[in-house]
Amino acid sequence: MPSLIDLRRRIRAVKSTQQITKAMKMIAASRLKRAQQRVVAARPYAQRMLRVLNGLVTRVDPDSHPLLRIPEQPDGRPLIVIISADRGLCGGFNSNIIKAAGHFIRADGRKPEDVALGLIGRKGREFFRRRAFDVRYERTGIFQQLAFSHAVDIAEVAIEEFTSGRASSVHLIYNEFKSVMTQRVVVEPLLPIRRLEDGEEAGPTSDYLYEPEPEEIFKDLLPRHVQAQVYRALLESNAAFFAAQMTAMDAATRNSTEIIEDLTLYMNKVRQAAITREIIEVVSGASAT
Amino acid sequence: MALPTKLLLEIVTPDRSLVHEEVDEVQLPGAEGYLGVLPGHTPLLATLGVGELWYRVEQETHYLAIASGFGEVLPDSVTVLAQIAERAQDIDVGRAEAARKRAEERLNKNVDADIDRARIALMKSLIRIQVASRARTKV
Repeated sequence: MPSLIDLRRRIRAVKSTQQITKAMKMIAASRLKRAQQRVVAARPYAQRMLRVLNGLVTRVDPDSHPLLRIPEQPDGRPLIVIISADRGLCGGFNSNIIKAAGHFIRADGRKPEDVALGLIGRKGREFFRRRAFDVRYERTGIFQQLAFSHAVDIAEVAIEEFTSGRASSVHLIYNEFKSVMTQRVVVEPLLPIRRLEDGEEAGPTSDYLYEPEPEEIFKDLLPRHVQAQVYRALLESNAAFFAAQMTAMDAATRNSTEIIEDLTLYMNKVRQAAITREIIEVVSGASAT
Repeated sequence: MALPTKLLLEIVTPDRSLVHEEVDEVQLPGAEGYLGVLPGHTPLLATLGVGELWYRVEQETHYLAIASGFGEVLPDSVTVLAQIAERAQDIDVGRAEAARKRAEERLNKNVDADIDRARIALMKSLIRIQVASRARTKV
């Protein structure tokens, strides 16, 4: 039976842990709010971009651009960009991503050496670096100061790999922010750019003037579209991370409350037992004389 | 069909939507020269360079610095997708000056590899300084 002092010490330890998890939950909640606002703020840009692209697509031969072309004999390997987080203590956030990435890598009977990886975030990097993967790009610590220029960097590497023929396709794997309670892992093809829907509300595409030529604009626009998509994925993942961390820390705080209750109950029982024993000793001692 | 009398101007960057306003006139820094837009303009799609964008509401003119993007013009609206867009009053002149100095130094040193980047940086800083000065003279 543990001594009273041990029990008291343990309760104190759990309590201080609880204080930490509570503080972390609060921090995650406030960061989540900011991250969510950024996701929302980034939406108009991506939407307008898509609209302009859709307007253009009817004017230009889509096969003319290398970013749209599907390679005929895919001799290159697929490049998979995995967006994880830099930090842990966020429930299944990172392990879900790693698991999904593992599935995707092994899909269609591929072997680890048949794919190239781009790793964003420290947790994913730590996992995949130790295994025999061809890592083409890695970046950690960007989530503290997430900026559009990070997305530009990543998009540049992806485009370079794809247009040079080293990569047959580029996919993004990231946690999508569904709601505070749920994150969903999504696998999203980035390159070649999917055939854009030209049927749906194309708007007045009729008589645009173009300056410069439509082909020129198209050439400029496509990389920016890729950048915007990468940026969106980064923002989503960032928001999802804080949501996951908040939920995890909330659960931890609740668990520690439970543990404290159990321990306190047990401690009281132990104390009671000790008192009872002492009384019995005194009584039996008195009756013996 | 009556021509529209106002333009709905929207300026969005990857980070946020900067301007969403009814305006009377806009000037865009097109890649091949400045474009003045009045309500009822023919639909136009243009790439934008580094430059100054201004728009007029009644008698009031607002200035912004823009770097690389696209402008979509319709008879009753103008949409600008810019990588960077800053209002004149938000520009940090000190930083822009410092950036200009740095870029000029790099250009003078003549390191071939970075010359394009330095030139773009120089242009951006010059535009920022110019746009910022507009904000000051107006007050």
